[in-house]
Amino acid sequence: MTLERLLLLSFVVFSIGLYGVLARRHVIALLLSIELMFNAVNLAILSVAWAHGWLTGVILVLFGIAVTVAEVAVGLSLFLLAERVRGTTAADDLSTLEG
Amino acid sequence: MSDLAFWILAVLLVAFAIGVVTARSLWRAAYSLAGALVTTAVLYLVLSSPLLAAVQLLLYTGGVLTLVVYALVVTASTDAGASPWRRPGAALVLSLLVLAVLATVAVRTGSVEHAAGTPGLGDGESAGVELFTRYLVPFELLSVLLLGAIFGALAIARREGSS
Repeated sequence: MTLERLLLLSFVVFSIGLYGVLARRHVIALLLSIELMFNAVNLAILSVAWAHGWLTGVILVLFGIAVTVAEVAVGLSLFLLAERVRGTTAADDLSTLEG
Repeated sequence: MSDLAFWILAVLLVAFAIGVVTARSLWRAAYSLAGALVTTAVLYLVLSSPLLAAVQLLLYTGGVLTLVVYALVVTASTDAGASPWRRPGAALVLSLLVLAVLATVAVRTGSVEHAAGTPGLGDGESAGVELFTRYLVPFELLSVLLLGAIFGALAIARREGSS
C-alpha cells in the first residue's frame, strides 16, 4: 500500500462521482454523487497525512466531514422546498436563475 | 496483509461508487453510497486513524444516509422523468479527462510508503488534544456553522403559514 495507489484509488472514485454529477438528472442523485466526490477528497487528504505522519490531516478531514453534514442538511431542505413549490425533482427543470 | 486489505477495499469501493452513479433506482444508489462510505471507514482504519473511522461511520454514514432516505420517503418520487440520464457520453469523456489529469499527479508522487521515522497518526487522544488546543477556534466556529445549518434547513423546509 503506497501513497500512489491510495491517491489513484481516491481519484478514480472522484471521477466516478464527477460522472454522476454530470450525467444524472434527479437532484438527489446529484447530491449522492457529490457525497462520493467529497468522500474521495477526504480519502486523498488522509492518504497524504498517513504517508507523512501529519496529524493536521486528521483534523482537516474531521472538519470536512462536519461541513459536509451541514451541506447535506441544507441541500436536502432545498430539495424538499423545490419539490413542493415547483413540483419537479429534475435538476434541468430548476433553471429559473439561468440567464 | 495490509496490501491484500487495500486491494479488497479498493475493489469494493470502486464497485460501490459505480453502483451509486449507475443505479436506476435512487434507493439502490443510496445503499451503494452507504457501502462506499463504510468501505472508506474501514480504509481509514487501515490508514491507522480509528477516530476518523468512527466519525465516518457515525456522522457520515449514519447522519447523511438517514437524511437522504428520509427525503426519499417524504417525496416518494424516485424516478425523474423517462430517462435518469442526460448526455452520458459527454459526461463520461469529461470525467475520464479529469481522471487522466489527476492520475498523472498521483503517478508523480511515486511509491511513498508510510515512512518508518515519521510518527503515526495515532489514536484519538493526540487528535483530541490538537482539536481542543491548537484548533479550538475553528472547532467552535464549526459548531456555529452546524447551528446555522440546522436553523437554515428548518427555515427553508418549513411550510408557508405554519408558523
